[in-house]
Amino acid sequence: MRSLKLLRNDLKEKYHSISKPRITIGMGTCGIAAGADKVKDALYHAVAEKGLDVDIEVTSCIGMCYKEVNVEVALPDYPPVVYGDITPARVTRMLEEHVVGNTPVLEWAEFQLENGKHTPYQDISSMESSDYYFHQTREVTSRCGRISPENIEEYLITDGYEGLEKVLMTQPQKVIDDIKASGLRGRGGGGFPTGLKWQFAHDAEGDKKYIVCNADEGDPGAFMDRSILEGDPHAVLEGMMIAGYAIGADEGYIYVRAEYPLAIKRLKRAIKQAKEYGLLGDHILESSFSFDIHIKVGAGAFVCGEETALLNSIEGKRGMPRLRPPFPAVKGLWGKPTNNNNVETYANVALIFRKGTEWYASIGTENSKGTKVFSLTGKIAKTGLAEVPMGTTLRQIIYDIGGGIQENKRFKAVQIGGPSGGCLPEDKLDIPVDYDSLIKVGAMMGSGGLVVMDEATCMVDVARYFLTFSQAESCGKCTPCREGTTRMLEILNRITSGEGEMEDIERLERLARVMKTTSLCGLGQTAPNPVLSTLRYFKDEYIAHIKDKRCPSGVCNHLLTYSIDAEKCIGCTACAKACPVNAITGTVKKTHEINPEICITCGACMEACHFDAVIRV
Amino acid sequence: MKKMSDVTLTIDGKQIKVPSGTTVMQAAEKAGLSIPALCYDPELSIAGSCRMCVVEIDGMNNLPTSCSTVATEGMVVQTKSKPVIEARKMVLELYLADHPLDCMTCQKNGNCLLQKYAYEYQVKDTPFKENKHRYPIEDNNPFIVRDMDKCINCGKCIRVCDEVQGRNVLQYAYRGYDTKVTTAMDVPLIESECVFCGSCVAVCPTGALLEKKMIGKGQSWEVEKVKTTCPFCGVGCNFDLNVRDGKVIGVTSNPESEVNGRHLCVKGRFGTDYIHHPERITTPLIKKEGVFVEASWDEALDLVSKKFLAMKKEYGNESIGALSSARCTNEENYVMQKFVRAVIGNNNIDHCART
Amino acid sequence: MTNRNSNHLDIKFKKMMEDYKEHKGSLIPALQTTQEVYGYLPKEAMEYISQVLEIPFSEVFGVATFYAQFRLQPRGKHVIKVCSGTACHVRGGPHILKEVEKQLHIKSGETTNDNKFSIEPVACLGACGLAPVMMIDEETFGRLTKERVHQILDSIE
Ligand SMILES: Cc1cc2nc3c(=O)[nH]c(=O)nc-3n(C[C@H](O)[C@H](O)[C@H](O)COP(=O)(O)O)c2cc1C
Ligand code: SF4
Ligand code: SF4
Ligand code: SF4
Ligand code: FES
Repeated sequence: MRSLKLLRNDLKEKYHSISKPRITIGMGTCGIAAGADKVKDALYHAVAEKGLDVDIEVTSCIGMCYKEVNVEVALPDYPPVVYGDITPARVTRMLEEHVVGNTPVLEWAEFQLENGKHTPYQDISSMESSDYYFHQTREVTSRCGRISPENIEEYLITDGYEGLEKVLMTQPQKVIDDIKASGLRGRGGGGFPTGLKWQFAHDAEGDKKYIVCNADEGDPGAFMDRSILEGDPHAVLEGMMIAGYAIGADEGYIYVRAEYPLAIKRLKRAIKQAKEYGLLGDHILESSFSFDIHIKVGAGAFVCGEETALLNSIEGKRGMPRLRPPFPAVKGLWGKPTNNNNVETYANVALIFRKGTEWYASIGTENSKGTKVFSLTGKIAKTGLAEVPMGTTLRQIIYDIGGGIQENKRFKAVQIGGPSGGCLPEDKLDIPVDYDSLIKVGAMMGSGGLVVMDEATCMVDVARYFLTFSQAESCGKCTPCREGTTRMLEILNRITSGEGEMEDIERLERLARVMKTTSLCGLGQTAPNPVLSTLRYFKDEYIAHIKDKRCPSGVCNHLLTYSIDAEKCIGCTACAKACPVNAITGTVKKTHEINPEICITCGACMEACHFDAVIRV
Repeated sequence: MKKMSDVTLTIDGKQIKVPSGTTVMQAAEKAGLSIPALCYDPELSIAGSCRMCVVEIDGMNNLPTSCSTVATEGMVVQTKSKPVIEARKMVLELYLADHPLDCMTCQKNGNCLLQKYAYEYQVKDTPFKENKHRYPIEDNNPFIVRDMDKCINCGKCIRVCDEVQGRNVLQYAYRGYDTKVTTAMDVPLIESECVFCGSCVAVCPTGALLEKKMIGKGQSWEVEKVKTTCPFCGVGCNFDLNVRDGKVIGVTSNPESEVNGRHLCVKGRFGTDYIHHPERITTPLIKKEGVFVEASWDEALDLVSKKFLAMKKEYGNESIGALSSARCTNEENYVMQKFVRAVIGNNNIDHCART
Repeated sequence: MTNRNSNHLDIKFKKMMEDYKEHKGSLIPALQTTQEVYGYLPKEAMEYISQVLEIPFSEVFGVATFYAQFRLQPRGKHVIKVCSGTACHVRGGPHILKEVEKQLHIKSGETTNDNKFSIEPVACLGACGLAPVMMIDEETFGRLTKERVHQILDSIE
């Protein structure tokens, strides 16, 4: 077998000391959406104008979405500094002060990357002690935003493909035993023990076996897998190869959703580069192991994240789930034994073999090992990616890392696990985040999307929102889900528009019970969870909608009434002009009035009024 | 082949031994218990989609479908537990929520599986009374009426057209609540590749697919089924003539038919209207002075034999030949060749199906 | 019934479809390519794919109508998708959609008369940190306000 050791040493020489300033822009999908392209243009422009000799590089999202655009500036013999909130207008000052003057701009600097070799700057915290990262443990995402995902050499110098090298010198059964010992459980939602899954596929008889990587990430509010694919694509390839070696497969498919064009581009490039380096294809590293990876691009169906629907979709069929058993490990893609894991699961595999089983098993809780990457969204102050050891509490994630609620409003609930998950109230914030604890309180890990909701969020509306999603995404194969999600949504629509009756609650519960036990696949089985969890923790809100015809959070349009505060109204007529249905009467400089009979509760008047005179209850 | 061993399982307290590979539904049937099923058909692949056949099995999460779950040694199954009954009732309520509920005038009345189970589980009404699908009824071909409002998406028509008829005319289209069985491009059957074999009609559990000619001609309990052989070709398919008050109103296929099972072609299934057609000739006709005049059989046969004798006499034995038909029975064909050989006296006998 | 309706499909397209014969499970990629070429899935093209890949036409239609990505009608030059994910929903996504609809005088799912824009429904676009978000063709725009929507739409050719 060929070893990568020498190559890695050579590369480290080449990369570890830079000879001129290097500026790296975070260009993940989120960075680009925040204007990273424009920052890049501005940089090129300014550099050319000033005649500076600098390298401009591109990396992926480092996880601080709330601070996009992120830019890293590194000078020879100084630690790199990462800036947040960089706009084209700020580029010049950053260049002049930091690159030319070697004085980082303190007010925009988020942290510096200390490496022990160079003297750190004063007054800039290190990444590890910065607000956002102090409570994080970046293992799976360690390369995200730090290396160029489009250059395999940068993966290699950060010990990439070391796990694969080790594995190729080990017996497949030993590899599976190691994964079992690591305690790794699937990151795709269910938390199924990965080693056991591999064992099934390994033991299944078949002249041909497949590896599948589920990169369909369809949960609204989740973008961990995208960040990994964009930021560290080789880690996913490496994990798949290790799995392939372990179960005896020589071909793999990555099923990526079409909405992730950048991830697809980077994966394609990574596959090409891995082939050039003899790390993919026939006789990998001159061993007897051969493996090839193809990319399949999804066509827009959430249910294709369900693994058997995904297999049908790869085969070119309608993405409707299959009956199980037989399980994919026995009869999967084109009827052959198939192992499917999630993106983050494969990234963990590469990590485990690089850093060791025991090290891995020492992180996390008794039954949930390692770290978990979460995407923090909603009304949280700092939106972004956060990686923490399993067992960290929700409170730590939301407050210590996420900085609490935006605009200092009050926390109401956190939705975890996407459309299959549940909404947890304040008093559940101290439960440790692991697979089993979450199930106990009626939520689930899901893929790791955390949507934070504040006091202005209506929980019935949230349940309705998720049902709208599940209803639209039901594949239509089985009755309880196809018809049940539709009826559940109708009931919720009724309640939120003030036409609910108390019997509706019992109907929802009965429907939920049957959908859970009787639906064919996970979508239908878990679709009622947002309803059940909000009914469990926020039943009073349902009752307020039904009995009092009132939305306590002031969200549900049909239940709101608008009126004008005579004290504050100065008679500017702005509201009357804004009202689309002419429900507002009043003349200049006279107090205006809203006719509730005509008002369609659109809220246009409230937006138009500069004097806070419009009241909504 | 591997030797089939037996497994023993308990269903509703009864112990039963079945060959391995048997499904729970089949085992239950063997134990004399029937489990409701809407999408299952013994002649088609298993879909497992209606979820009517769910049961409780010790050690399994949720309620597995008995049509698709294979019995294993020591399995303990409940087919009538509380959660099972609740689930089946709910499935029925959900079906009824999207159904026209005009059973009184439905041709399938008395013969419809949805109706049968609604009765069995006493599901009188549905709590979900908002939207229903409203598709136009497809009635523009001579044979089949398609009313997708009555379709329960069991998919049997799709599978029979694919797995038995091999035409693949039908498939699910769209998604979720709007999932619908359609032809390619969602056009009427008459514009598709359909050959109107009617196999889909034969497997449809509801009034979604109906024999057009039978609509309004009689309800299931008014109809007598008379097993007969198809007169159209030599295959000899069997089917049931549906007879009401001595009149044939249509044909339904019978799974017990030895030659063809439920399978028929367009002629056999739909080609019976000639039986009572007003233009059908029911007595011999003799042309007198240029016009056909009704005659008795004696009169007609006398005339024919007279003419044959005259021809034989004038032109010789070889001047006469006979062509027989595949639509005749073997007996009739036998008689025909006997007649030519023994009575006419030559071998000029042939048959339409020979070429 | 060979190539009955395929006369006005161009040779290059036909060749591309024939290449898919070599690979397993090619129906979806073939449909994706068709949509790239024609902007939607013309009936003749689907019929041709059905013949070449030897997949029943009804199944091609079934697949084409299952996935949200596929369109059976032509659409505008630029496609606008306003995210309806959770984060965007709570941060005013519906208002953004309304604003886009108002400016273009069409509803979601429709195409403007000049064929310049279509609005398509979409689930989460996965840039929740920047909610509310919309995507025009391949480009994502975040932290939207009504004013930004104005500017963005005006700036598109
Ligand atoms: C409706 C539905 C959607 C799913 N979506 C995803 C997804 O987007 N990504 C994913 O990895 N797993 C998803 N899953 C879970 C997969 O079915 C499967 O369990 C997972 O990919 C297994 O990988 P793991 O063992 O590594 O977790 C989904 C499941 C269901 C029921
Ligand atoms: S549960 Fe829903 S998504 Fe799953 S098979 Fe049934 S209808 Fe399809
Ligand atoms: S009549 Fe026969 S060919 Fe036509 S759709 Fe039904 S099963 Fe298929
Ligand atoms: S038409 Fe009849 S056989 Fe076909 S899916 Fe509907 S109910 Fe089932
Ligand atoms: S009969 Fe078993 S699911 Fe329909």
